[in-house]
Amino acid sequence: MNTHPGLIGKKLGNTQVFLEDGTALRVTVIKIGPCTVLGKRTLEKDKYSALILGFEDKREKLVNKPEAGFFAKSGVSPKKVVRELRLPEDVVGQYEVGATLKASEVFAEGQFVDVSGQTKGRGFTGVMKRWNFAGAGTVGHGTHEYKRHGGSIGSNMTPGRVLPNVKMAGQYGDEKVTIQNLKIARIMDDEELLLIEGGVPGPRNGYVTVRGAVKKKNAGKPQAAAN
Amino acid sequence: MSGVVPEIQALEAAQLRTLPDFRPGDQVEVHYRIREGEKERIQVFKGVVIRRKGGSVRETFTVRKVSYGVGVERIFPVHSPKIEQLVVVARGHVRRAKLYFLRDRRGKKARLRQSQKGSGDIRAINQV
Repeated sequence: MNTHPGLIGKKLGNTQVFLEDGTALRVTVIKIGPCTVLGKRTLEKDKYSALILGFEDKREKLVNKPEAGFFAKSGVSPKKVVRELRLPEDVVGQYEVGATLKASEVFAEGQFVDVSGQTKGRGFTGVMKRWNFAGAGTVGHGTHEYKRHGGSIGSNMTPGRVLPNVKMAGQYGDEKVTIQNLKIARIMDDEELLLIEGGVPGPRNGYVTVRGAVKKKNAGKPQAAAN
Repeated sequence: MSGVVPEIQALEAAQLRTLPDFRPGDQVEVHYRIREGEKERIQVFKGVVIRRKGGSVRETFTVRKVSYGVGVERIFPVHSPKIEQLVVVARGHVRRAKLYFLRDRRGKKARLRQSQKGSGDIRAINQV
């Protein structure tokens, strides 16, 4: 399980940032937090432990009654995006319901993070775009009308069927994707922005979840910068 | 691009530098900071600007010079903090934005006409 806390944010777009030594970093700008702790899942009650975070206020009118009850219980204004982060109990215990989290409280500059988002939907897509097949081309051998096809999908009598998970055309995009081990280039608390080196899944104004990287040992907030 | 994001614009605006107004065809000196081990020194690259490309913080320009008979081109980011200073030496009179035709020319053919308009106030151009 990922033991690192995280925050919800909104992807604003990409740009370039110069470091003092002249290196140009390509970064994704994310509007991060402030996220509010809406509640907790506990082992006794829910059989798992997690932190429930909310991001961006929602108009009163758009809140239905069950939702309103949930927000009233934690005593916070209704939120547009609500997400659960599965975390061990002791980490969940560090946070209080109703607290507002800023980027600098959860992350540190230079830290590695995993970013998940919903990718851009591409609809029903052929095999070349979806799986990077080469296509056949129509050069010679009498082939025609076969340019963007995938070619063979299996053998003949043995096994006499198409094997499962053969790559074919179909729906591409609009799925949850996590990009691992991206580096935090800068935390700008005053502007509520987070700059992350590299790209992040999803369209502009898409919601993303940023968490400490699972596969890095020191992905947690470095102690030195924790003050 | 569709839609302007004010947060990104502010971020980029903060990084923009004001250099003298230089254009393709101009003879320029780029004073560029380079690191050699521990020491830092300034190297001057002098040549003709043959293109400006991109916009905002991403803008770059290419300077071409002929060094010991070999054409050398170097691309600099316009807003790089490593550019100590940029001096316009002479303003060229050109009719296009990308001067790639200079690559096929050598010697006397590779010269550009000086701009009549710009040349008088070179000092004013460099005052930023």
